[in-house]
Amino acid sequence: MSRMAQAVIMLLFGGAVIKATVTDVFLRYVKEGLRPFLLLAGILLVAAALMTIWYDLRAARRGTPEPGGDHGHGHDDGHGHGHHEPRVGWLLLLPVLGLLLISPPALGSFAAGQTGSVGLSAASDYPPLPEGDPVEVTLLDYASRAIFDGGRSLTGRDVKLTGFITPGPDGKPMLARIVLACCAADGRPIKIGLTGVPIDTPPDSWVEVVGVYSNQVGTDPVNQAQVAYFEIRSWQEIDQPKQPYD
Amino acid sequence: MGELVTTSTTSARPSAEKDSGLGSLEVLAVVLVLLVLARDQLAGLLSGPALQTWATVFVSVLVQAVPFLVFGVVLSAVIAVFVPRGFWAKALPSHPALAVPAAGVAGVILPGCECGSVPIAGSLIRRGVTPAAALAFLLAAPAINPIVLTATVIAFPGQPLMAVARGVASLVVAVSMGWLWLRLGRTEWIRLPHRPDLDDTSKARAFWAACRHDIMHAGGFLVLGAAAAATINVVIPAAWLQSLAGYPVLSVIALATLAVLLSICSEADAFVAASLSQFSLTSRLVFLVVGPMVDLKLISMQAGVFGRRFAWRFAPATFVAAILIGSAFGLVLL
Repeated sequence: MSRMAQAVIMLLFGGAVIKATVTDVFLRYVKEGLRPFLLLAGILLVAAALMTIWYDLRAARRGTPEPGGDHGHGHDDGHGHGHHEPRVGWLLLLPVLGLLLISPPALGSFAAGQTGSVGLSAASDYPPLPEGDPVEVTLLDYASRAIFDGGRSLTGRDVKLTGFITPGPDGKPMLARIVLACCAADGRPIKIGLTGVPIDTPPDSWVEVVGVYSNQVGTDPVNQAQVAYFEIRSWQEIDQPKQPYD
Repeated sequence: MGELVTTSTTSARPSAEKDSGLGSLEVLAVVLVLLVLARDQLAGLLSGPALQTWATVFVSVLVQAVPFLVFGVVLSAVIAVFVPRGFWAKALPSHPALAVPAAGVAGVILPGCECGSVPIAGSLIRRGVTPAAALAFLLAAPAINPIVLTATVIAFPGQPLMAVARGVASLVVAVSMGWLWLRLGRTEWIRLPHRPDLDDTSKARAFWAACRHDIMHAGGFLVLGAAAAATINVVIPAAWLQSLAGYPVLSVIALATLAVLLSICSEADAFVAASLSQFSLTSRLVFLVVGPMVDLKLISMQAGVFGRRFAWRFAPATFVAAILIGSAFGLVLL
């Protein structure tokens, strides 16, 4: 691959990373904390591309082959291990395609059904829920309060949960959200069983449910983790939140 | 793709280079236009839930690795271009057997994940560091740096020994592999590409040339590894894995293999290990020791940077060493 073609690919790759970061599309794939590092990496990619183009054009204008260029790159490829070595760079078009043209959606019910529930860890004490009626709680917080605290800190309060619908093992809808440690490859679902008012939206639609603690406990057939339940009083469909992961 | 032909000739005539340059640029332009035109069809192909999940995981492994790859490449270009050749001879003990543990411990100061350390190790060897020491650094850096150990402490609340065992076991594996290389390794297994551009009279030009080369090169192999990892992520049924949890030896081998196949970043793998709650602590420790040292994207990148003959020998040997040493520490400490 010529240096010019490499520069174009780097430019596209860096541009795709910057665009995904600025438009928040990157939140479908990684944690928000990576934002500054992604921006910096994108800028460095673009800088490497521009410097490559600049040196290449300057060498072309002078009409002399650039040192380390012609007797560099041609040589390099001839003596390197295998001739396909620079060819592997073409593969960088795949993430460009993925980020700029396709931008696949955040993980949803397929991943939630395939992977076992996240391992909850017991906290030493559960402080009272914050103010608010209904009070907004993350799925993770709700599940650990329901299972390890026996729902003590939840009783008597109206709770609002946000997540997407995923079919449970018995075919009934469950509320789920994917929890990320770093990127979507390590995403694990947190699933909550639903009772009360029935929900009839298709899998993967996002909903806001308001209701109360239910003392029912189930198990996730994938990894036998305990699953908390929630009694719905009312629900409504919503758009996918900007931050799809917990 | 004219450059595929010219690459095998050693006498690079300026005109031939120019032709091949035009060739690959034109190919690129055509590919890009086709991609934009076929965009809807491509998106349609990915409409099934499994394929969509594959695409999401593939893109996310890459997005997550990009900062580490780029910073690793820049650091490796600095080492290759700006750090004088004599520096490493002074910085590391002159006896190779002592240089290995010193380089392993030096991995503590590189807070990154494994994608960045492959090009850095390549640069170190190029700059005269004994390969055994560079390899110890390559294995230790992603596993024992403060960010990774802190993440391990957070992921295993109430079990601080997990992070301790991980750090010590990883360092022992890295140093053992370095010493093993001193005893059994052959220099000709490592084939670093000839890179006259690094000796360019202009340091700035050499720096950017090194960055460009490593991004295209290591980045390309990273794409291969990410695709493999995404496939495994979608294909492996988690329930099947859980059925192995009851057998002590089998569960260690199962989680070690899983660590290779999943290729999760070393800063996040502790959280995955924590969620594999039915497995013994020892098998999860092995998962954490193997993961940053041997996985699909690393094997792919090592084959690219050091040559295939190297990766074929080094990755399986590391895999076995990590399982044995990880299990031993697990049995004693956990």
